[in-house]
Amino acid sequence: MYSNEMMIRFPSKSANEGFARVAVAAFVAQLDVTVEELSDIKTAVSEAVTNSIVHGYENVKGYITVECRIEDDTVHITVSDSGHGISDIEKARQPLYTSRPELERSGMGFTVMETFMDSVEVTSALGVGTTVKMKKKISAGK
Amino acid sequence: MKLDKKGETLIVRLDGELDHHYASQIRESIDAAVITGNIKKIIFDFTKVGFMDSSGIGTIMGRFKLMQTVGGSVCAFGVSERLDKLITMCGIKKIINIYESEHDATKGVG
Repeated sequence: MYSNEMMIRFPSKSANEGFARVAVAAFVAQLDVTVEELSDIKTAVSEAVTNSIVHGYENVKGYITVECRIEDDTVHITVSDSGHGISDIEKARQPLYTSRPELERSGMGFTVMETFMDSVEVTSALGVGTTVKMKKKISAGK
Repeated sequence: MKLDKKGETLIVRLDGELDHHYASQIRESIDAAVITGNIKKIIFDFTKVGFMDSSGIGTIMGRFKLMQTVGGSVCAFGVSERLDKLITMCGIKKIINIYESEHDATKGVG
């Protein structure tokens, strides 16, 4: 079985949204991944990291950890923060729902992650933080 | 980003990765140009946008709402296949027209 992994950790600055998705894409590129798959993964990572910055660490500074693991032809990505946490995960995952409409959030973040990845798992605790685990099988594999 | 004003039309030439970081930098200057320039139509030029996430969708929806308050409209052109996937998924085509070219977007046909 082929496997590889990496982890990055960075402060909750919006400039790091681009860094996080490009870093994950560069790591995943060791698989025989299509441009579309890479774009899907970048978008999903961007959504999860932006959620941590906008909602998890609203008005406070904190750190975000992105872990990426390759197991054969499957990419596992975990984005975690130690921020405010989500009080109602089911509600947060609904399309068009946003807790911050004044910030022009579209409310589509989780829906985008769910559409572009094979599975999305969210765990959260108030005052502790949020972890988003995503998985995507690469069609051509290694 | 470059803003081209032609009469009551504002062409917003985006030139970055349209995420939350970039959106928060450009929003205010677009809105200022709309309000001071008596703009009735915003045209987004996506030709140079290589990446967009749902923050970009929020930015389009925000400008759509702004234009509704002044009885104006929003449209776009230069949307790549990859961006189209996100735009379609988020239902943006139900509220704004996406054109093939700048010419069509300006004329509002096609």
